[in-house]
Parts: sequence; C-alpha cells; structure tokens
Amino acid sequence: MNDPTAARTDSETRSDHPSALVDREFLDSLRRQMHKFATLQLSDAHLAEDAVQEALMGALKNVQSFGGRAALKTWVFAILKNKIADVLRGKQRVVNASSLLRADEEDENEDFAALFDNKGFWQVDERPVAWANPEESLRQSDFWRVFETCLEHLPGQQARVFMMREFIELESPEVCQAVGITVSNLNVMLHRARLRLRECLENRWFGTGANPC
Amino acid sequence: MLNCQGATRLLSQAQEQKLGLQERMALQMHLAMCSGCRNFGKQMHTLRQITRAYAQGADERADKKDGQAG
Repeated sequence: MNDPTAARTDSETRSDHPSALVDREFLDSLRRQMHKFATLQLSDAHLAEDAVQEALMGALKNVQSFGGRAALKTWVFAILKNKIADVLRGKQRVVNASSLLRADEEDENEDFAALFDNKGFWQVDERPVAWANPEESLRQSDFWRVFETCLEHLPGQQARVFMMREFIELESPEVCQAVGITVSNLNVMLHRARLRLRECLENRWFGTGANPC
Repeated sequence: MLNCQGATRLLSQAQEQKLGLQERMALQMHLAMCSGCRNFGKQMHTLRQITRAYAQGADERADKKDGQAG
C-alpha cells in the first residue's frame, strides 16, 4: 500500500489547505504515539504497525473534514482503539495467563508493603493528599509528560490491562477474555495499577508544589 | 474492620462494578475516619477522567492552551 505520508505533497502544505494538518512533524509524532500505544496493547510490533497503518490511512482519506489537529487526533485514536479492540477480541488470549498470574502474586506483597503498614493502614508518608485542580492540569503539557512517564513506569501487564480498561474502554469481561484471566485477577491488577499510578502522579505532580494546593 | 489496603481495593473495584451492600457499608465507615482513603477515592475518578482525556488527545490540545495562557 501507499505510504500514508505521501498524502502530503509540497503543493499542499499551505496553511489554508486542510492538508497542512498532516505535515511531516505532526504525523511523525502522532504515529509514534499510536505505535507506542498499540504495541503496549497488543505485545506484537507487527500487529501494532498494521493497526496504526490502517487507522492512519482511514483518517488521511478524510482529512478534509477536520477542523484542527486535535480533532484529527481524536478521530485517529478512535479508529485505532476500535482496531485494537477487534484484534484483542479475536485473539482471545494474548498472553500466557499462568505466567501473568504468577508474576502478579510474587510482586503483590512487595508492592503493598511499601504503601501500607503491617496492619494494612497507610504508611504515614504514603497517605494520599488532596489533589488541587486536576482539571487545570489537563490543560498543561507538562502534566501530560508526567502522566506518560508514570504510565511507562507501570509493570507491562498492569499497564496493558489498565489501558485496555480505561483508554480503549473495553468492559471488564472483555479485558478478562482478551488476557485470559478471571474478574478477580483483573480487579487485583487494576487495584495495583491504580495504586502505582496515583502514587506516581502525586509524587511527580500533584504533591510537588508545581501545582499549588 | 476494613483497613486502608482493603478500602482502596473496594474503591478500585467500584470503578468496575457496583459493590454489595455490606461492602458499601464497611467502606463508608472506613471513609468517615480516613482522609487518605477519601482522597484515594476522589483520585480514582480523577484518574479515569485523566485517562479518557488522554485518549481524546487532551495532551495535544494542551500545547496550544499553554501558549495562550503564557
């Protein structure tokens, strides 16, 4: 198939033309982001590349109908999410469930011991504080850099189920089926992913004074 | 008596399914006494809001608004 970047020709880069939306730099960054996300979800670079390619080509065909880059990106990710969800539903078991659960149980006590004392109450310096103005943070590009860093710090399996649930918005039973785990396994993994993510966001953003409380 | 580890487990689970009556009562009693877990509960909603905004390209739009806000 054609390289989707070929949709941009030199005569189409004028800012009044819709194709200005798809200049090389923007497209490269969008593509990188899509690929990172798809690879995380599918654990397969080849399948990920196919999904990204299809989503991008679909979007570029309809590029005239977008009012701006944000709208284009929203649309591209909606297509990508559907493609990934289709692949996951068809694949049923993307990972070896028993190895996933074993790894899960091994880390569990370590994870919780850092956060909670031996009676299961918050360690004093781990107790969550109130987050000031989260809506304001969503408008700051610095915040999104922190968020991406925190996502990358999640263990791979936790990151995958969390993103399937929250980013692709698969329902819990669909995630369970895709990964080959039970609902209670999923709940354990989501609990741990959320504990880690919120801790990371608090340590690196909400509790740092970068965002006044 | 529900501890913080159990309370955060239920607060996370409540994002997936409606909790049972007993679970909800135990959770409410714990939350009445524990500001850390109350904050955690609010953060569960915020986390979902953040992730869905991310999925909709809020990180891309943020750059523009930064420029306007200075």
